[in-house]
Amino acid sequence: MLDCKHNTELLSQSYDRPLTLREKMAMRMHLLMCRGCRNFEKQLAFIRKAARELPRKL
Amino acid sequence: MSAIDPEALQQQRSYLLRYAMLQLRDPHLAEDVVQETLVAAIENRSGFAAQSQPRTWLVGILKHKIMDVLRKRAREPQLSVAEGEDENELVDALFRQNGRWASPPQNWNEPEQAMENAHFWEVFEQCNRRMPLNSARAFMMREFMEMSTDEICHELSISTTNCWVILHRARLVLRECLDLNWFGNAR
Repeated sequence: MLDCKHNTELLSQSYDRPLTLREKMAMRMHLLMCRGCRNFEKQLAFIRKAARELPRKL
Repeated sequence: MSAIDPEALQQQRSYLLRYAMLQLRDPHLAEDVVQETLVAAIENRSGFAAQSQPRTWLVGILKHKIMDVLRKRAREPQLSVAEGEDENELVDALFRQNGRWASPPQNWNEPEQAMENAHFWEVFEQCNRRMPLNSARAFMMREFMEMSTDEICHELSISTTNCWVILHRARLVLRECLDLNWFGNAR
């Protein structure tokens, strides 16, 4: 079973490389049971969006 | 050949400077690359005049100048061992021994609204500046300059795995900083 620390690594890497099917399944299973990681997932998406918006906000 | 408007160029200057600072975090280096960019723009004034969006065109030049500096730096010996250790400690502190969150992330209230708030962007820039240098550099290349992971690894002369680790740490640290300094305040 994936722990939060490793799950956040996979969540982050999903922005940098395609995850394997096995990794995706493990990540989804963990997310179903972990509210902290679900919040982290949403926040990562926000961070990407904000960073890419930044050049227009300078 | 059409004349170039020095005032129009000056207007872009402060924007370019902030852009360069975010990536280089060294006022002298930032000043240098912006100066080089403006010189290149003046030398190619017909190109500049033909632009409907001069800022986009200038940023295109600036990115190349920034990359030149980063490439040179990547070849220099690294003095950042201690920096890397600090970062490890910070990340380790976020998780317990068993790999669970020491303090699980709480919901962020209306993040989309934050993006409309000028003060939020100040906090966002400050958080970027507080990131350890290696993380900040890779993170900004990835998210701000929208380079691919492969390009970043290549430019910084690091392995792909190392690149993923650095980017992940950068996101963890940035998330923590935004939580502490912006979203946490609403709770």
